[in-house]
Amino acid sequence: MAKTGTFADSLFKGILTVFAGTIILVVIAMIVMMFWNSLPTIKEFGLGFLIGSDWQPASDVYGALPFIYGTIVSSVIALILAVPVSLGIAIFLVEQAPRSIASPIAFMVELLAAIPSVVYGLWGIFVLAPFIRNYLGPFLQDYLGWLPLFQGRLTGIGMLTGGVIMAIMVTPIITAVVRDVLEVVPTSQRDAALALGATKWETTLIVLENASSGIAGAVVLGLGRALGETMAVTMVIGNAPQISASLFEPAYTIASVLAANFAEATDRLYLSALIEMGLVLFLVTFVVNAAAKVLVMGVAKGTNAARQA
Amino acid sequence: MTMLTALCAIFAITILVIILAYIAVRGVSAINIEFLIDTPKPVGEGGGIGNAILGSALMTLLATAIGLPIGIGAGVYLAEFGDNWFGNTVRFLSDTLIGVPSIIVGIFVYTIVVLPMSRQSGFAGALSLAIIMIPIVARTTEEMIRLVPKSMREGALALGAPQWRVTWNIVMPAAASGIATGAMLSIARISGETAPLLFTALNSRFYNYFFDQPMASLTVQIYNYATGPFEIEHQMAWAATLILVGLILFINIVVRFLTKKKY
Amino acid sequence: MNKIRNISVLAAIVAFVMIGFACSGAPLSGTSDGGDGSGAMRLQGSGASFPKPIYEKWVNEYQKVHPDVRIDYQSTGSGAGQKAILSRTVDFGASDDPMKDEDLAKADSELMHIPTVLGAVVMTYNLDGVDKPLRLTAENIAGIYLGEIKKWNDPKLTADNPDANLPDEDIFPVYRADSSGTTAVFTDFLAARVPAFKDKVGASKQPNWVEGVGSGQPRNDGVMGLVKQTPFSIGYVEIAFAKANNLPTALIKNPAGNFVEATIENVSAAAAGSAAKMPADLRISITNADGENSYPISSYTYILVYKDQKDARKGKALAEFLWWAVHDGSQFAKDLHYAPLPQEVVGKVEEKLKSITSGGNSLLENPGK
Repeated sequence: MAKTGTFADSLFKGILTVFAGTIILVVIAMIVMMFWNSLPTIKEFGLGFLIGSDWQPASDVYGALPFIYGTIVSSVIALILAVPVSLGIAIFLVEQAPRSIASPIAFMVELLAAIPSVVYGLWGIFVLAPFIRNYLGPFLQDYLGWLPLFQGRLTGIGMLTGGVIMAIMVTPIITAVVRDVLEVVPTSQRDAALALGATKWETTLIVLENASSGIAGAVVLGLGRALGETMAVTMVIGNAPQISASLFEPAYTIASVLAANFAEATDRLYLSALIEMGLVLFLVTFVVNAAAKVLVMGVAKGTNAARQA
Repeated sequence: MTMLTALCAIFAITILVIILAYIAVRGVSAINIEFLIDTPKPVGEGGGIGNAILGSALMTLLATAIGLPIGIGAGVYLAEFGDNWFGNTVRFLSDTLIGVPSIIVGIFVYTIVVLPMSRQSGFAGALSLAIIMIPIVARTTEEMIRLVPKSMREGALALGAPQWRVTWNIVMPAAASGIATGAMLSIARISGETAPLLFTALNSRFYNYFFDQPMASLTVQIYNYATGPFEIEHQMAWAATLILVGLILFINIVVRFLTKKKY
Repeated sequence: MNKIRNISVLAAIVAFVMIGFACSGAPLSGTSDGGDGSGAMRLQGSGASFPKPIYEKWVNEYQKVHPDVRIDYQSTGSGAGQKAILSRTVDFGASDDPMKDEDLAKADSELMHIPTVLGAVVMTYNLDGVDKPLRLTAENIAGIYLGEIKKWNDPKLTADNPDANLPDEDIFPVYRADSSGTTAVFTDFLAARVPAFKDKVGASKQPNWVEGVGSGQPRNDGVMGLVKQTPFSIGYVEIAFAKANNLPTALIKNPAGNFVEATIENVSAAAAGSAAKMPADLRISITNADGENSYPISSYTYILVYKDQKDARKGKALAEFLWWAVHDGSQFAKDLHYAPLPQEVVGKVEEKLKSITSGGNSLLENPGK
């Protein structure tokens, strides 16, 4: 910092610090509020809340496991579908496509992220669910029907549909981050690989390898988004608090049980149970984001060092 | 292999086109001038989304008025002074806040504003949106300011300008278009939010200019129309969706042409 | 001058948003029915989604005769309506099922239930080739939702529907995932008739659905949408959803032993059959009502108001509106698939409305003027 430290300077810095501090305050206030409001269930059930599999508000029995299961499985489905596609798009945009077509394509992919969640939900009910019931579901059952994953009744509404909708929604996010990560891998690496006689595709593989922790970060970031996705998933996942091996069966996620029930819950313990699930989701997002950050930073640091060398 | 990666890109774009085409086909038939300026009416008597458009605009404006200064201020702090534990904490919490489901923000504001005020209000809605906006603006602002070449600051500092003048008069104008981009994108993001408004702003069937009253919004109105029993309501839901998506895409496209950057 | 540039960037953003919205047609001044008229009384209500179409009609019609009173009703769900009136975030709440004693006890002053109209919950289903309405008993509906009756061609179902060509397919029952007045009425009907259902699932806004049986959907439209989309499914929805979308609805066997259709007349019959039993606080379930033609899954829907109004002006306007609604307003009910209150219930509601006070003073001095 320059040593022209005047009163105006410290005032300026002070104001900015207050603004920055606001963010810390908001997050702390949120955690305190949620913790405070979930005290009744924390006291009543303790850790049993997280591993209980019965959810019966009518008899004040609250176990969050079906929701945690649904949240994780649907997010994993989303990632399994979205990661390869996102990687493909990012590689295409950074390594292969000429600039003139890469940037409009990149823009269109990002537009997918601009469509509101409630719109995805409506589209999911009217287009995606019938598609899965009539085409994708029977196809999977014909070829992979021996797996418990693909057995059971096909209604078009359920875990798989929720996962597919999420996949569409996180693809632009993962793509964008992977693209950023690939772009910071120095051109010199590519040139070196090509000079050593590697093919274009082998070069890409080397680039991917060097960017792998950053790509992992992108995936984890996508996971964070998928975990918290609310409106669209509520509309297509079926909202039944059960743990079923079949991906065609209805499931439930934490965010969707909040959306479906928070406004209606009058009972103190019920409200507390819902808010505790919100708290769990908050903390999970927290950890997932921290992981993503550490991973992405790994790549950025490495490349900076490489540049200076 | 290029074929395969290109296919991925084509696949994503196809889905975008399918969704947009579906919205357009379902929505276009119900759109007319009355629909755009009218308030909701009982079933079968027409009605429209005029007050919802106004409500969305007002809440977005207030959210921007609250969120933009705080977000930009925090972003400038992070870029100029943020290489310490405080800055790292703010940065980390911003990223976390960006990933927090917006429904949790809604519950938070419901608890700290709606219950004490004994009323759902446009203010509570706008505050939820502002909380969603702040971390996005802060992080994009930081990125943009960091892109300003070091030589520009050093030159000014060498001429004896105080730090705040350098930041305010040299660095920020240089980053202005980038900051504006971030702001526009965050506005696009909050104008598509439904979940945080359900408990906070509620909805209204009137044109309402006062933030202490429940306020209509496009997203909640879409949700209400889409969940009604009557086919005519569903048509209006798609029409309102078309308007909303059109607006959001419009913002995104304008930003792109203004900046010509990778956004 | 950079400062100016800075500010102009901000201004440009704001202006851009304004232009964006203005282009889309939002006028910056109010329209005739919209402007926030000075001095107009504002009443806010929220709650049950089931009466939303009639309440919207009422507040719109009432404003034509009383332009000085502006009433806003937002449908958020019965539970939310109860919660809102308890936390006093609204001037009146609305709920399909009467509040439970334990919830009423949470109110800081006496809450009154004002029945407004009657409605029905219907069973709708997705069965191609079954043209005549399905005939269902409480026992069979309970069997389906308990997972005991699994196939459409189960002998228990075919016995009541000998002519229908019921397929050898799995039944897919759909229920409400959210807390809902519709569910309360539906489960109340089943629990009263089928002990096993009462034990396992129970009667409430959000009962303990049997795991592995069927799927939950948020809101009536969710249930309707899924049933419409899914072959061999069955679900329960408010009557307006079925009628407005021409969905098939089942005939339900009532306690008198007749399979009856959910018509306005049959719902009224259920109300008339139970009007004499109505308690002083007007909270009553009319499922399984006596009477040859009574539709057994009928219910009142209620508006919840405090007996003692804190703001006398608002309280008076609210009482006058409710008075108007159950009298002049009843003419709009039938078109929207609701049954108006029977005459003797209107009398009871009049007594209730007259008892609304503010600071000890009656608010309805000259009702029905």
